[in-house]
Amino acid sequence: MDFGKLFELVVSSSLVNNYVFTMFLGLCIFFGVTKKMETAIGMSITFTTVMMISAALSWIVYKFIMVPLNIEFLLIIVFIGIVAGLVQGSDTVMRKVTPDLYNKLGIYLALISTNCIILAVPLQSVGNKYNFIETIAFAFGSGLGFSLAMIIMASIREKLELADVPVPFRGLPMAFVITGLIALAFTGFSGLITL
Amino acid sequence: MHDIYQLIAEFTGVLQQIADISRHLLPQAGVGGEIEAKPFIDLGPLMKWTLIFLFGMSTVFGFVLAFAAKKFAVKVDPRVEQVLGTLAHAHCGACGYAGCEQYAVAVVNDPKVSPSLCTPAGEKAAAKIAVITGKKAEILIPMFARVMCQGNVDLSKNRYKYEGVIDCRAAIIAGGGDKSCVYGCLGYGTCEKVCPFGAITMSTLNLPIIDEHKCTGCRKCESVCPKKVIEVLPGSKKVLVACHSKDKGPDTRKNCQVGCISCGICVKICPFEAPKVDNNLSVINVEKCRVCGLCVTKCPTKAIADFMPSRSKAAIAAEKCIGCSICAKVCPVNASAGEAKKPHAIDQVKCVGCGICTAKCPVQAISGTFNAQEVFAAAALKKARAAEKAAEAKTNA
Repeated sequence: MDFGKLFELVVSSSLVNNYVFTMFLGLCIFFGVTKKMETAIGMSITFTTVMMISAALSWIVYKFIMVPLNIEFLLIIVFIGIVAGLVQGSDTVMRKVTPDLYNKLGIYLALISTNCIILAVPLQSVGNKYNFIETIAFAFGSGLGFSLAMIIMASIREKLELADVPVPFRGLPMAFVITGLIALAFTGFSGLITL
Repeated sequence: MHDIYQLIAEFTGVLQQIADISRHLLPQAGVGGEIEAKPFIDLGPLMKWTLIFLFGMSTVFGFVLAFAAKKFAVKVDPRVEQVLGTLAHAHCGACGYAGCEQYAVAVVNDPKVSPSLCTPAGEKAAAKIAVITGKKAEILIPMFARVMCQGNVDLSKNRYKYEGVIDCRAAIIAGGGDKSCVYGCLGYGTCEKVCPFGAITMSTLNLPIIDEHKCTGCRKCESVCPKKVIEVLPGSKKVLVACHSKDKGPDTRKNCQVGCISCGICVKICPFEAPKVDNNLSVINVEKCRVCGLCVTKCPTKAIADFMPSRSKAAIAAEKCIGCSICAKVCPVNASAGEAKKPHAIDQVKCVGCGICTAKCPVQAISGTFNAQEVFAAAALKKARAAEKAAEAKTNA
């Protein structure tokens, strides 16, 4: 087991190739749930968990069923199905186990099922021919990067409530401007790790 | 079971035949790119495995989700669903909750929440919700949005020509809007856009017209109007100073022909002391106003709006009249006259239909005005109560 490679994978997927700030994926959840720190953290945990499970499951299905059957072209539709099923399942479980968190995340939980990051992680791990452990590390790193982005954004937006922003920029426009600025900062990580 | 196997075998056989035929008919093409490229593909097993795989996967997921739904089922109060069914589903926020669902949950679970908060759904829904939740419905006073400005294109002036986005919220950014009067309606129809019931239409003279049959008093227009020119008030109060101008009289007059110039005539004429001039603006106290409409007739700039379509005139029933001459005393336009102890008569030309005499007449001899029904009903009720009391006193004695 090459721990160095795994560590590099986690760092690269969370910082260097951060899905939100360098690839601009998953922005709907990113802007929708970052108004409050509490929901942002709840969302990050749910998101990372769902992502790791879905990536692992997708890898198993791909490797042991789709490759032997020569039906790799079904990749996208199968992964969407797996993700949607998982989200629906976690939705049902969450409603029972933690109703408070369920009430707070509300409609955004359903948004996970069609989220592009969740779909992009298994697709990339298959495309880069990662093995099982690497896929999980990659999913974990991506989830970590997404959580980082959410927490940074939520803390800025909570402070922003008190700021004197010009009227046309209040709300979402200001959030987009800030995202652009953070993305600029994140380009500083580029070239840190080349896999 | 055996039949199903046979069916699948037959089906895959058909697929194989299609594939065989297509191999002869269609040109052979490679699939994929780079190293994964294949010179040709075999359609038969491809289609077979695709179908079996997708079918199998969906079955597995279906069973797992069904199991999860059963195992982790959450009990939802059926009353919440019932309440949701009766609400208006406009998500207008008139009840003070984020949406209809939140209100339904609150009204079922919280004993303090009134069942009558959904104004768009009306009284019937409130009664239904009261039955479902075991609470008492309150009497709903119908509320309507009123536009507190009559300065249309013809009657008011503009400071400059606005050529931006046709929306009041955009127009107000440009120096507070193009209207000379800073208190007036901008007329770009933002209220029309937000009204969830289609009750607001913009007139050709750029003022919103509110349809009382459709308006539910949800306050969406009130909150969106950047000039705060729309007020939601009880529907029974039909006489209002439709102006918000706090400029001094001459300034108001310069900008608009129908503005309140705070002359104070309404204050003097009103028999109930309802209007009050404050900050260069007359405001009618809706609690005191009896909708007589006297101020409407006297207002020199016509700034007071009367939402009552027409006022029928008073008439005295001669056989009931006792000639007390109270009507002659209270009439603000001296329309009632007659000798004492003899039936009085009302001059139909002078009468403005204010209904004051109807309310004051001790024998309910005056009818025909808008408030006659109400006054008669109240008098009948009073009589019945008095009779009841008398009967009670008799039995006690």
